[in-house]
Amino acid sequence: MALETLESPSETTKSEAATVVRTVRRRVRRRHLLVLVAIGALWLGLFAARVLLGDFTVTIPDFFRILFGADIPVATFEVMESKLPRAVMATLAGLAFGASGAVFQSMLRNPLASPDVIGVTMGSSAAAVVAMTVFGMDGLPLALVAILGGLAVACAVLFLSGSKGAATYRMILVGIGLAAALQSVIQWVFTTTDVYKAQDAMVWLTGSLNSVTWSEILRVTVTVAILLPVVAAMSPRLQMLELGDDAAQGLGVRATQTRALLMGAVVLMIAITTSVVGPISFVALLAGPIARRLNGGRPSIPIAALVGACIVVAADYVGAYLFGASNLPVGVVTGIAGAPFLLWLLIASRRTIKDG
Amino acid sequence: MTQAPVSEPRTAPAAGRGRSARLGSPASIVGVGLAAILGAAVLSLMIGAHFVSLPDAFTHLFGSDDGSQAYAVIDSRVDRTLVAVLVGAAVAIAGVVMQGITRNPLADPGILGVNSGAALAVILGIYWFDVTTMAAYVWLALLGAAVAAVVVYAVASLGPRGPQPVTMALAGAALTAGATSITAGIMVSSSETLEVFRFWQVGSVSGRDMGAVAGVLPLFAIGFVLCLIMGGILNALALGDDLARALGQRVMVGRAVGALGAVILCASATAVAGPIAFVGLVVPHVVQLLVGPDYRRILLGSLLGGPVLMILADTLGRVVTPPAEVSVGIMTAVIGAPVLIFLVRRMGVR
Repeated sequence: MALETLESPSETTKSEAATVVRTVRRRVRRRHLLVLVAIGALWLGLFAARVLLGDFTVTIPDFFRILFGADIPVATFEVMESKLPRAVMATLAGLAFGASGAVFQSMLRNPLASPDVIGVTMGSSAAAVVAMTVFGMDGLPLALVAILGGLAVACAVLFLSGSKGAATYRMILVGIGLAAALQSVIQWVFTTTDVYKAQDAMVWLTGSLNSVTWSEILRVTVTVAILLPVVAAMSPRLQMLELGDDAAQGLGVRATQTRALLMGAVVLMIAITTSVVGPISFVALLAGPIARRLNGGRPSIPIAALVGACIVVAADYVGAYLFGASNLPVGVVTGIAGAPFLLWLLIASRRTIKDG
Repeated sequence: MTQAPVSEPRTAPAAGRGRSARLGSPASIVGVGLAAILGAAVLSLMIGAHFVSLPDAFTHLFGSDDGSQAYAVIDSRVDRTLVAVLVGAAVAIAGVVMQGITRNPLADPGILGVNSGAALAVILGIYWFDVTTMAAYVWLALLGAAVAAVVVYAVASLGPRGPQPVTMALAGAALTAGATSITAGIMVSSSETLEVFRFWQVGSVSGRDMGAVAGVLPLFAIGFVLCLIMGGILNALALGDDLARALGQRVMVGRAVGALGAVILCASATAVAGPIAFVGLVVPHVVQLLVGPDYRRILLGSLLGGPVLMILADTLGRVVTPPAEVSVGIMTAVIGAPVLIFLVRRMGVR
């Protein structure tokens, strides 16, 4: 209807055109809000299921009593030491990975670009594993090393692919190469430690929420609470960058500066999250395209972040309870589910990737 | 995307290099190659946690077991050097054929996910059926490698603009990630499987028993024959499918034979030594720089060059982090990644 009106300008006065634009905009905004609320509700449901259900069921009144300090035998321990921290950390990690995936995909204009494909998460993991097993580091220093590792790989990929902002595929290939080398460094560490340490490292390497502590959660909460709004606030400028650097410059966006700022914020967010939960594979890759589809083909960082949160919470639940006795790390679940999705994305991107 | 350099990997960059003819004749390739293997093998016998001098090495190599420590050291080093020769040759030749039939300069059993498919099949065998023999590893690895190769090629063919280097690499990366996740899931839930698998997984030639390897030699032989007869077909394919057909080549049959040979070699090598990354990528490119664009020469050169890289990487791995040893699969990955990045930059991928 809107398009028909636009196509006959002779019968359309200026004010009518303005009304049409306003209507379309309002509809886009309403859809965005609607999707945001729906996906938020889905997350809340998953979160509640993760905390209350499973092999140990907690009633809702009991949960709130525990939250406000009541000490119910077994239940308090289950909720405060296992279920709640895992659900909270899963949410935070999902928000961070989902948002960063959306930013990468918009910025590089490629649905396949994501921090794990480009090797940033692998950089954090490799640095952390070496620091942990070779130098015996833990806590905050370990986190700092992981952050530096992620930043270093991000810089290396940008530098080695001769970044002019357009060499997306080169970045992906350079990232795959670096990730392969880093992976083998991790495997080297993995073979030099004893089997118990190896199993610990294994759980951590695949991305796991099994042993998160409240102090780690606080660290990630602060990070996400600061950086996510910053990234979300820059999303209008990011959308202009999608038009190409020249067009964005014309609209008053400083392309290089915006890109550097976004990249810095996103890499920092992923690196800090990875230092706590390890590389939860494919979440960043999956969240962006799903969010775009839900939002009628438009990218949205908040929706991508919430989609990421839903994926991680759900995957953690599946890994913890749906495979019998074995408690699978969340990264294993997302990896198994994500690989077919990436393959499908490669086939489906026939329409979205036109040339180079 | 710059199409030309990607689709003509061999002829374009090397055609103008007159000096490459220096190493061009088959006799000189064989001579230089054998000399290099021999040199590397001698280093491999001498160097390690326990240094053995050259005269001692030869004395023990051809002498009988005198119960000395040096003899035991040489004995184990002979075995791993022979395994390195076999595996290096297999992976390098597989790399040449994969790059040729897909016309993709980035093709490598590691990058295309063939190794991880083989590895996944092996760990499933260890986990479900308590498989421990080399012969069983080989058949499992073969199955896994074949499935992975078909999946990656099919996905890349269905993608934008057919099987491009980038889509193939990405499909391989996706497959590797998925397979790694399943592998990790199994290792987390079963520490016995973890103990067996974690050393196999990184790609190593140490402690491999030649007796067990001997059982799979026939499979290697079939793979080598299938790949080495590909020279003429690969030369024709490098000119494009239409021209190859005009030259009387049966393009699809040639591709199928090559793929079969390459998969057999990858799987056998993976079963014996675990996944070895980047040798299949690096060796063909280096050899091509030395001998020129003719695939028959590249095959011959890689057959001899692969073992050299493997032996040297294995030897280097023994001394870089004393007293621990770095597995050869890790050394080749660390050496190979910069080469991949160099190739990507030279190809002008955008």
